[in-house]
Amino acid sequence: MTSSDANDAFVAFEHVQKSYDGETLVVKDLNLSIGRGEFLTMLGPSGSGKTTCLMMLAGFETATHGEIKLGGRPINNIPPHKRGIGMVFQNYALFPHMSVHENLAFPLEVRGMSKSEIETKVKRALDMVQMGAFGGRRPAQLSGGQQQRVAVARALVFDPELVLMDEPLGALDKQLREQMQYEIKHIHETLGVTVVYVTHDQSEALTMSDRIAVFEDGRIQQLADPATLYERPDNSFVAQFIGENNKLEGVVRGIDNGIATVAFDDGATCEALAVNCAGVNEKTLLSIRPERVKIEDQAGDKTISAKVLELIYLGDHIRCRMDVHGHNEFIVKVPNNTNQKALQKGQLTHVSWIPEDCRALDLSDSV
Amino acid sequence: MSQTADKQPVLAADGTPLKQALDAALFRNRMRAFMLVLPLLLFLFVTFIIPIGIFLSFGIHDPVFSKFMPKTSAVLSDWDTTSEPTEDMYAALVADMVVARKDKTIGRAATRVNRELSGTRSLFTSSARKAAKLEAPFKESLVAVKKQWADPEVWKAMKVASRSWTLGYYANALDYKQVADGSFEPQPENRQIHVPLLVKTLWISLQVTLYCLILGYPIAYLMSNLPARTSNLLMILVLLPFWTSILVRTTAWIAMLQSQGVLNDLFVLFGVTDDDNRYSMIYNKLGTLIAMTHILLPFMVLPLYSVMRGIPPSYVRAAKSMGATNWTAFSRIYAPQTIPGIGAGAILVFIVAIGYYITPALVGGQDGQMISNVIAFHMKSSLNWSLAAALGGVLLVVVMTLYWIYDRVVGIDNMKLG
Amino acid sequence: MKFNQISLGVAAALVMGATNAADTITVVSWGGAYTVSQVEAYHKPWMAKTGNSIISEDYNGGLSEVKAQVDAGNVKWDLVDVELSDAVRGCDEGLLETLDASVLPAGADGSAAADDFIDGALQDCAVASIVWSTIYAYDNTVIDGQPSTIGDFFDLEKYPGKRGLRKSPKANLEMALAADGVAAEEIYDVLSTPEGIDRAFAKLDTIKGETIFWEAGAQPPQLLADGEVVMTTAYNGRIFNAMAAEGKPFEVVWDAQVFDMDLWVIPKGAPNKEAAMDFLAFSTSTEQLAAQASWISYGPARKSSAPLVGHYDGKPELEMAPHMPTAPENFGTAIANDFEFWADNQDELNERFNAWLAS
Repeated sequence: MTSSDANDAFVAFEHVQKSYDGETLVVKDLNLSIGRGEFLTMLGPSGSGKTTCLMMLAGFETATHGEIKLGGRPINNIPPHKRGIGMVFQNYALFPHMSVHENLAFPLEVRGMSKSEIETKVKRALDMVQMGAFGGRRPAQLSGGQQQRVAVARALVFDPELVLMDEPLGALDKQLREQMQYEIKHIHETLGVTVVYVTHDQSEALTMSDRIAVFEDGRIQQLADPATLYERPDNSFVAQFIGENNKLEGVVRGIDNGIATVAFDDGATCEALAVNCAGVNEKTLLSIRPERVKIEDQAGDKTISAKVLELIYLGDHIRCRMDVHGHNEFIVKVPNNTNQKALQKGQLTHVSWIPEDCRALDLSDSV
Repeated sequence: MSQTADKQPVLAADGTPLKQALDAALFRNRMRAFMLVLPLLLFLFVTFIIPIGIFLSFGIHDPVFSKFMPKTSAVLSDWDTTSEPTEDMYAALVADMVVARKDKTIGRAATRVNRELSGTRSLFTSSARKAAKLEAPFKESLVAVKKQWADPEVWKAMKVASRSWTLGYYANALDYKQVADGSFEPQPENRQIHVPLLVKTLWISLQVTLYCLILGYPIAYLMSNLPARTSNLLMILVLLPFWTSILVRTTAWIAMLQSQGVLNDLFVLFGVTDDDNRYSMIYNKLGTLIAMTHILLPFMVLPLYSVMRGIPPSYVRAAKSMGATNWTAFSRIYAPQTIPGIGAGAILVFIVAIGYYITPALVGGQDGQMISNVIAFHMKSSLNWSLAAALGGVLLVVVMTLYWIYDRVVGIDNMKLG
Repeated sequence: MKFNQISLGVAAALVMGATNAADTITVVSWGGAYTVSQVEAYHKPWMAKTGNSIISEDYNGGLSEVKAQVDAGNVKWDLVDVELSDAVRGCDEGLLETLDASVLPAGADGSAAADDFIDGALQDCAVASIVWSTIYAYDNTVIDGQPSTIGDFFDLEKYPGKRGLRKSPKANLEMALAADGVAAEEIYDVLSTPEGIDRAFAKLDTIKGETIFWEAGAQPPQLLADGEVVMTTAYNGRIFNAMAAEGKPFEVVWDAQVFDMDLWVIPKGAPNKEAAMDFLAFSTSTEQLAAQASWISYGPARKSSAPLVGHYDGKPELEMAPHMPTAPENFGTAIANDFEFWADNQDELNERFNAWLAS
């Protein structure tokens, strides 16, 4: 379990398709390689096919077409219990009629390990999640966070090389969820185990993952590390799904050196990075993060006029909703600095951004 | 939390001790809860507890003889059962018989004594007809009417019958009988029917429970894993026995199971047996087992289904992901979680089965009868309600005992009815 | 419990304008073909004659319901058709009204009622309407030969095949002794000794392994028809109906028939005692008893009715007389059910019979 050869495909989906009813494809031609020791997150809204992919990897669903390989070996015909994959379920699936200790011992018992070996491994796994004192309890006697730790320990206790996690933190409250995110991340780093993690929570994905595969409509829309995904979304779905995002519609007037000039309906223009736009005189969707917009006191060369519609005080920043060229949902995050001038509701002002922060993307109907 | 050493009670805002304020608040809640169940409680009390109590009291209280033969009962209570019956006793008997004959109650008193000693009924009724004309000394004149009156056994039977509060019926229900001096002795062997029948009843009920479990478990499992539409259809099939009248069902079983019936015809057709050796599947114990299993199956399937519906598939998946084979995942993870359903289903089926009587009466033949058939017989035909009550009491005690054992072994909390 | 209102009576009452206030009485009987015969022969003519109406209910015999009603002081039934044993016992226990036999009409031939009724038909609290008997019957398409004696029923070698017996010691013990060679008039003397009871059970033992036991009267013709048994004891009327109405190939063997009576009784405190008594007298008149016999093969309890018994309803070729238990050629070896014996011994014999069944 080392991550030295992380780039070798430890898990590989090759042209995998899945259909339940024989009419529609839930997963459409999926290709994905996961390196040894990698923490990969499948992120997407519900119904996007990410859980189906996880279940196919676990062996609870069979691929309609294509091949799934584990360590270079096709596993389509290997039953789940012979795949040796650890799994953490959405509601933990801790066996209610067994104590925590028995839960952890179960995978070791079915492998026929000796009693002393089981004791050692169970103790080690419980200590790893700081649950050493709770071995005698029943799952129902534990809090949600404790159950979560036990579930993680149980998935790891038999030293699998691959662990699948299906929205494991969905049932926890926000604070606990964030704490668990770090803990899981640390366990992953300590053990070097490969993790495939499914979630619909983008901040969770950004926090934990080495790479994120964004799912939508049965396809991977983008596969990248968190920073790339956030900074440089390939299409408007990804841009919209990862983090907050302002959208402005316009028409491309010209592209020069990768920088597009985009005109709004009222004739005003701005510049944006041409990422995925169709071409000159075609419509495009501009995408810009709220924290990358600057409020300008004065009208300048590259400023755009805007009107303050609403101000929400959020402590570390002020959330400002503005009307920009007819788009009245334009959000700007204004840092709560001492030298920041106070904005007034209804005030007319100007905003600006650097062209590289504003990405001209395809105009997708679905967004 | 500061623990004060002088144990000053914590006070509520208005100065009353907190404990007291809490009790008052809880009392109102308890009263409200009690008022909610009060109508049902009253209903149960009037329609269930009281009638059952009255009926069960028949099993230990039978005042018929002492009520209709008061003088005889009075002298009998002083009789030591071994000495020769005295003239006083005969005089009291004749006096009672005269009154009872006039009031038309002699038959009831006679029936009572006849239960203790066969053949005494006509002794009473025929002698009573002549009682008014008898003259002292009554001993001689009564013996002249029927010589059995000299037999001390008749007097002993009357002595037993004269006890209003008696354990005799319970003794009878357990194949013992109470004799004149109040002690108990076993019934003659060719009249011992209740205990063997009770054992057989328990055994049949146990078998029916087992068969219901074997048949019901897979069905409940299947239903709990099917989409709602299909499982509803299956549920209708399972509930079908509930919706058909007992007569329709019985006719169907007879057509199906009798020796010239559909099943046997098929067996002959496929060479399972030949025409002269058709199987007897009805009018015997097998018939009772088949019919009862059929009727009681829903009682097993419903709790099982409801428990299984509540077990998410992720448990078995989790077990498999940890390396458990299908069988291990079922036996160690799935099956233990269905125990509440098995417990509820088994105890429902068993307790209903133990009191069954229509089905055994219709298809049970000679060896498929159960204890309830005897109770029904004493209720409807022999009118020996006291013995029926005693048998019912024994059955009740047996069921309660089993329920208690179940509680100790499995735990009643561990039962899920729906 | 089946409950059917005879609407004819209501209609008749309306038409007649009810000069005297019309009564409605509740008459309880055993249901099936038997109740039909009573409705046709008794109820309809009486309602037409008096303008009263009758509610006809069914029950399964026994005194438990009468006892419950009388004990509760809430009597609903006016007239009940009971067996002899229940009539006598109910009377002894004060559950029934005492009846005055003098109001019964004289026979059609002029003989007084007391002479016209057969022995035992007039009880303190009951008046008999019919004589029925327990016989044995066989399916002549299955049996090879012609069984004619009670001995043949117990002869498994001569007539192999399953037998049917009522699940009760009554009639079985009598027939067993008769088959063992005891004369009809000595049967109850023998049965009154422990050796006699042993002897009867020993005889029953010889066919026990081949026997199916029945409880309801409707079962034996069904068992015969289904081929479940080749011979069975049965109530003669049931077998006759299967033969006459359904054309079943059954034969009745009358040897050692055990005959009994059905009687009308009035529960103590019946709400319409007067009207019930009027109906009782009407239904047990010579003509009505004879009329009933054309519906079912139970013998009329009046001697004067016998000559009037005709043919089966709608079948002129089917004379009823030879099918009556009381027909001279059937009655030679008949055993009269001894109520006193059974009242004295049924508790013990029932237990013994049940123990014997289970062993």
